[in-house]
Amino acid sequence: MSLLRPLLLDVVPTIQQTAALALGRLANYNDDLAEAVVKGDILPQLVYSLAEQNRFYKKAAAFVLRAVGKHSPQLAQAIVDCGALDTLVICLEDFDPGVKEAAAWALGYIARHNAELSQAVVDAGAVPLLVLCIQEPEIALKRIAASALSDIAKHSPELAQTVVDAGAVAHLAQMILNPDAKLKHQVLSALSQVAKHSVDLAEMVVEAEIFPVVLTCLKDKDEYVKKNACTLIREIAKHTPELSQLVVNAGGAAAVIDCIGSCKGNTRLPGIMMLGYVAAHSENLAMAVIISKGVPQLSVCLSEEPEDHIKAAAAWALGQIGRHTPEHARAVAVTNTLPVLLSLYMSTESSEDLQVKSKKAIKNILQKCTYLPALEPFLYDAPPNILKHVVGQFSKVLPHDSKARRLFVTSGGLKKVQEIKAEPGSLLQDYINSINNCYPEEIVRYYSPGYSDTLLQRVDSYQPLIN
Amino acid sequence: MATLARLQARSLTVGNEYYFRNSVVDPFRNKENDAAVKIQSWFRGCQVRAYIRHLHRIVTIIQKWWRGFLGRKQYQLTVQVAYYTMMMNLYNAMAVRIQRRWRGYRVRKYLFNYYYLKEYLRVVSETNDAIRKALEEFAEMKEREEKKANLEREEKKRDYQARKMHYLLSTKQIPGIYNSPFRKEPDPWELQLQKAKPLTHQRPKVKQKYSTSLTDWLACTSARSFPRSEILPPINRKKCQGPFRDITEVLEQRYKPLEPTLRVAEPIDELKLAREDLRRKEWLRNVNDNMFLPFSSYHKNEKYIPSMHLSSKYSPISHKEQFRSEDPKKWICDKDFQTVLPSFELFSKYGKLYSKAGQIV
Repeated sequence: MSLLRPLLLDVVPTIQQTAALALGRLANYNDDLAEAVVKGDILPQLVYSLAEQNRFYKKAAAFVLRAVGKHSPQLAQAIVDCGALDTLVICLEDFDPGVKEAAAWALGYIARHNAELSQAVVDAGAVPLLVLCIQEPEIALKRIAASALSDIAKHSPELAQTVVDAGAVAHLAQMILNPDAKLKHQVLSALSQVAKHSVDLAEMVVEAEIFPVVLTCLKDKDEYVKKNACTLIREIAKHTPELSQLVVNAGGAAAVIDCIGSCKGNTRLPGIMMLGYVAAHSENLAMAVIISKGVPQLSVCLSEEPEDHIKAAAAWALGQIGRHTPEHARAVAVTNTLPVLLSLYMSTESSEDLQVKSKKAIKNILQKCTYLPALEPFLYDAPPNILKHVVGQFSKVLPHDSKARRLFVTSGGLKKVQEIKAEPGSLLQDYINSINNCYPEEIVRYYSPGYSDTLLQRVDSYQPLIN
Repeated sequence: MATLARLQARSLTVGNEYYFRNSVVDPFRNKENDAAVKIQSWFRGCQVRAYIRHLHRIVTIIQKWWRGFLGRKQYQLTVQVAYYTMMMNLYNAMAVRIQRRWRGYRVRKYLFNYYYLKEYLRVVSETNDAIRKALEEFAEMKEREEKKANLEREEKKRDYQARKMHYLLSTKQIPGIYNSPFRKEPDPWELQLQKAKPLTHQRPKVKQKYSTSLTDWLACTSARSFPRSEILPPINRKKCQGPFRDITEVLEQRYKPLEPTLRVAEPIDELKLAREDLRRKEWLRNVNDNMFLPFSSYHKNEKYIPSMHLSSKYSPISHKEQFRSEDPKKWICDKDFQTVLPSFELFSKYGKLYSKAGQIV
């Protein structure tokens, strides 16, 4: 480092540039080397000469700043402290696209760490220039500028508002149509970071007419593009029922469900969460999700995926869909997901989060479920706290439906109910009593446990009539 | 007398009888007394009982009437209460009917329209199907484009290979490696080689020194961004053949001021404009617009005798008539022919051209 530093002040410009490049590569490789670069007091020199030198030097110096700034917030703070932001912003106004790209990249890496650094970048006046950079014809420059805007906007609503005020949303929305996959990935990420903070920002993103163009991104070959498109739709749909309705009306639900079907692993997660958010808002939207054939897809996710957090998200989404009315609960129960949820809840391998979510989902669905064939397996292997709800549901449905009563007896449900031990006076006992009241005495006695023994006892103690 | 005798006969026994009767009667007297007492008591009892019965009857009547009165009062109250209850029940039932209708109407109209929901869900599912179809088509189109691009790339690669291997083409004397005489038909590469244009040898270029560092790490490598070396590479075109002109002549030609021809300098219908200009000026000047007529009225009646030139039918040819038919319906364009034609310059550029073509060297 001590050898390189005087080379930065060399007369020959190529040596300066190469020295800067070497420093950049060193800092890029390792955290400690970047700290050494900062400690070696090189940054002020770089910043000073950034303002004056030609474009090769500017590129190399911006590369150094970027390499130092990417490792940790403290290093990025050091860069901000030596006044590099103003010179980087001046570089953003340069004619050469390579210089602009290097400067935008450095600013993006600095703003990535936390909100204060982003605020510092915004205060240096970078955002309007980044918006101009996005409109440039070079694809690489567009990519980097979009990624920098995304890093700035992700921390807080005020920063996102600044980005929107600079008029970035319209340009980003136009670039969704670009065929380059990496660019689309960055643009979608930027839009989703803007939309996630508040309803107004989400509405502004929607007003830029991204629907239904965004849906074509869901069919892209690149996994990240699909994931980011799902994330964007999720961030828009989660705020209010009206926005969710807008998404559903544009056919977003079907597109997302197809996208979930074609992805694997973590790329599915935003899509699953989006369906959950849409269904959570109102029962009409949940019904819309159901008729878009979302429930079979979600149950496939639930059973297939190896990761717990994705399973937990799928369980949560299913719970949101099924909790509104008996129709919804029936739609969920018909696909045979309830036993899967139960097994996830009972298994000791599932993480806590997964257990909690599946329990809530089961409870929510059970409280509205009147589809008895799906509830019957629960009588056999459910733990007591869930059994209570199941028996409760039976006690609500059986008094009114004679066919169901018949089915209940023939399938052995009544027998199982008799075998349940409950404390007298508890809610479970009340439910059991109300079920027993639906049937004549003889049948209840017939199915009560140990009835064959009592009968045999009676046979033993019977005195035959001797005539 | 008989009676007396009878009496005297009986008088003896009278005493006995009297004594007998008195003594005998004593228990009977007690008995009879008791009987009489009994009878009297019985009778008195009957009397009293009758009286009491009478009293009872009277009292019953009174009590009956009193109780009836009380009962009727109670009955009135009960009837009032029952009536009231019945009316309230009726009102309740009617109110329930009204409320039922109103609540149903309100829910159906303002809160939740079942048919609207059904319609909405149907529309949503239709949109979903349309979007799914559109996205499938889009994906298919993308795939097709990709395949096409791949095929084209393959073609180009093969073409390039064929161009490089062009020397392996078979000639009349020597069959090439792909055209072996032992094969039934030539290898497809043979046809490819025949189709390809031979790759020309590149002339040895001057090695350009790159500063390799600056391009490796930037994605933006368009040629505009920076040159590959400090000095520009030499232009290795062939040198121009002489002789060259005098530099002063060249500079004269390059910086010559504009000399527009007469045609360009003056407008084409300048004569017409000048005439109109003159007419306007005269109109300004004139006090009276009417044409001056001669005073003598002799000329009014005189018929004009045209000259011989004008009176023959063999009039001078008017070019207009010669070239254009007289029937205006046959004219293609309704505009008139141009009478003023553009000039052509024959000698305007004489001695002023830059090239030496046609000049006597």
